[in-house]
Amino acid sequence: MMNAEVSRIDLDRIQKWALIVGGLAAIVSVAGAFLDPRQFFHSYLLAFLFWLGITLGSVAVLMLHHLVGGMWGFVIQRVLETSARLLPLMALLVIPILIGLPFLYEWTHSDHVDPALEHKSLYLNTPFFVIRSVIYFAVWILLAYLLTRWSRQVDETGDGGLVARMEKLSGPGLVIYAITMSFAAVDWVMSLEPHWYSTIFGMAFMVGQGLSALAFAVVAVRVLSDRKPLAQIILPKQFHDLGNLLLAFVMLWAYIAFSQFLIIWSGNIPEEAVWYQHRLQGGWQWIALVLITFHFGVPFLLLLQSRAKKRASILSKIAIGLLLFRVVDLFWIVAPALHRESFFIHWLDIVIPVAVGGIWLGAFAWRLKGTSLLPLRDPRLVEALSYREEAAL
Amino acid sequence: MDERPLTGPGETTAVVGHRASAATRIEPRIYGLMAEFETPDQLLRAARAAREAGYRTMDAFSPFPIEGLHEEVGFHRTRLPAIVLIAGTVGALTGFGLQYWVSKISYPLNIGGRPLNSWPSFIPVTFEMTILFAALSAVIGMIVLNGLPMPYHPVFGAPRFAQASQDRFFLAIEAEDPKFDREETKAFLESLNPSAVSEVDL
Repeated sequence: MMNAEVSRIDLDRIQKWALIVGGLAAIVSVAGAFLDPRQFFHSYLLAFLFWLGITLGSVAVLMLHHLVGGMWGFVIQRVLETSARLLPLMALLVIPILIGLPFLYEWTHSDHVDPALEHKSLYLNTPFFVIRSVIYFAVWILLAYLLTRWSRQVDETGDGGLVARMEKLSGPGLVIYAITMSFAAVDWVMSLEPHWYSTIFGMAFMVGQGLSALAFAVVAVRVLSDRKPLAQIILPKQFHDLGNLLLAFVMLWAYIAFSQFLIIWSGNIPEEAVWYQHRLQGGWQWIALVLITFHFGVPFLLLLQSRAKKRASILSKIAIGLLLFRVVDLFWIVAPALHRESFFIHWLDIVIPVAVGGIWLGAFAWRLKGTSLLPLRDPRLVEALSYREEAAL
Repeated sequence: MDERPLTGPGETTAVVGHRASAATRIEPRIYGLMAEFETPDQLLRAARAAREAGYRTMDAFSPFPIEGLHEEVGFHRTRLPAIVLIAGTVGALTGFGLQYWVSKISYPLNIGGRPLNSWPSFIPVTFEMTILFAALSAVIGMIVLNGLPMPYHPVFGAPRFAQASQDRFFLAIEAEDPKFDREETKAFLESLNPSAVSEVDL
């Protein structure tokens, strides 16, 4: 009982402070919107993409967990589900982007005389863009709703049939996620520079989202890991598994980011190379170097060591670092679309992610309260635990 | 494989007892003592008990991996990760060095006006060479560190040891263990409810 009380108070405090900081930052951001609307919407897009990455990535990792199983998934399942339940919040947060379309995307201007954009206008036009965004969120919210609802019912009934249903949904669900997210990445980000295209772009986004979600889950589980019933279950081995997954995502991110670069570098065609030209000149190349070093090199070397993975305190610090460089990665993708000549960071690029993040974290803490931190009646977990108890005898 | 007749638990004990009394004078060296169990659970408990009793040099044999067992038998750290890391690094340097040397030093060739040291195009081969070296060193290193191939090992002489790849679970306490004492260790192993305890000759 004592433990439950303590965790309740902690989450209350996290919720309160997150909302206060988020609210203040939001007020400042709104002021920024009047001062420099173009900058505001670009910074807002950055914030939206980062927090959507954790939310939607959580749905994807959750489906991965249902498909492949394993103890690592059960210890983060409730964190992932709580993030996934914030998708309706992210759906509300897409509205400012739809309002700011003319400030973000040059293809929205009907006065353009660019023949290439003329041809693309069949796909890149405002009504279709809005409809697509609505469809993406409808599909994602449905996926998240079914998975979290069934999971809660399993908590009440321990029904194995529902578990089978979650597993059955997860396979097609991941395919649906891959398709919708590919389109969403094209719409929201790639069309910032509408002449440019890269077929691996959606995949790069998905890997980034998976990495964000996993890193966030590691941090959250670390914060919650001294609480019952999580504390009784979680072992260094689970952090080791999560660390290995983080390592895999870090490598996959580098692999895909480099694949895109190598293909465009080899082709050396102006309409493709221009995207990298905006991002490897005028100071932006230093951000690229920072990404190679701290989004790949350093975490890669750290995560190779099993000591770093088994200790929750070290692993969660690496995860926090990765989350930070997820923001930098998105900043490097989004911001040069506005500042093509040279490196520029606006104070809104920091304030708006904090604003959205405060609101998001407040909602997360609020949603997490009252949920058991483990799906204790899930037959798969029951089986895994009974095996472990047997082994511990 | 085994010249000795298959015996039941009681008979084995009798034979061992006879030998042990003779050994007070001759004391032939043995590999260790082997206890046979019927379930993985019993093996795990036995390994834990042996560990708690202070035994360190022991090994367990089971038809399939048992979670937590390798900690109980005191499976020590291996040098394999370090070997793989070094080999992977050497692979990366070899892969990159080879391409650099070929394209820049040995046979410079202008391809599409690209710089001679076109490092982005060298990365895939560098990556593949890293994996190749790391994977080969992992396999070869594992074989060498395990002392394989090993056509014979003393534990093969234990009665019914072939069952270790089917449905029996064995725990061997080696004579090298500082705490090992033929009589005491045997009594200890017998206290763990094995289906048989036997001496393993060198």
